[in-house]
Amino acid sequence: MEALMPGIARWLHVIFGITWIGLLYYFNLVQMAALKDAGADGTAAGITKHVAPRALFYFRWAAVGTWLAGAWLLGPGFMDAFMLRNGYEGIGIGAWLGTIMLFNVWVLIWPNQQKILGMVPAADDVKAKARRVAMLASRTNMMLSIPMLFFMANGLSHRAALGL
Amino acid sequence: MKNPLESVAGTIISGLILTVVLVFFLKNFLVAGV
Repeated sequence: MEALMPGIARWLHVIFGITWIGLLYYFNLVQMAALKDAGADGTAAGITKHVAPRALFYFRWAAVGTWLAGAWLLGPGFMDAFMLRNGYEGIGIGAWLGTIMLFNVWVLIWPNQQKILGMVPAADDVKAKARRVAMLASRTNMMLSIPMLFFMANGLSHRAALGL
Repeated sequence: MKNPLESVAGTIISGLILTVVLVFFLKNFLVAGV
């Protein structure tokens, strides 16, 4: 059973990761454009009331699950990864990018989305600013996901390709 | 200059450029032990 633990950690890391990054891509590729069009024909409430809160729930908790399963998977190599040393330099860059993305989710995206969706009271000008910050944080995470996934795919099990 | 994160295409191109930059950093500064 002990030998199976890294496999279970990797499996959970992938399941949570697909949920997190899948929803991130949904927000950036589908929902942002859909909300623009829906706002024009008065149907945005269908998305902001019924879709976005559910998507954000799985999004933010999958981000936590991904990070925890990743930390479990790194195991004794956790410090080496975050210190970018001892053959863990590649996966370490991926881990740092994932950690920055987790920070963006909980510190920038989620608090601002709560204002945008009316979960916490906010004046119109505050909502407008929140919309801008949440959009840029979400786009930043989409940008960071590209190198993050490269280093997740190549940083540890295929690190010879990077000269590690 | 327009913020590349304003568009999906700009975001993806920025991500690809950042990937190349980070691989360069890894190979030349981390792996080389500088």
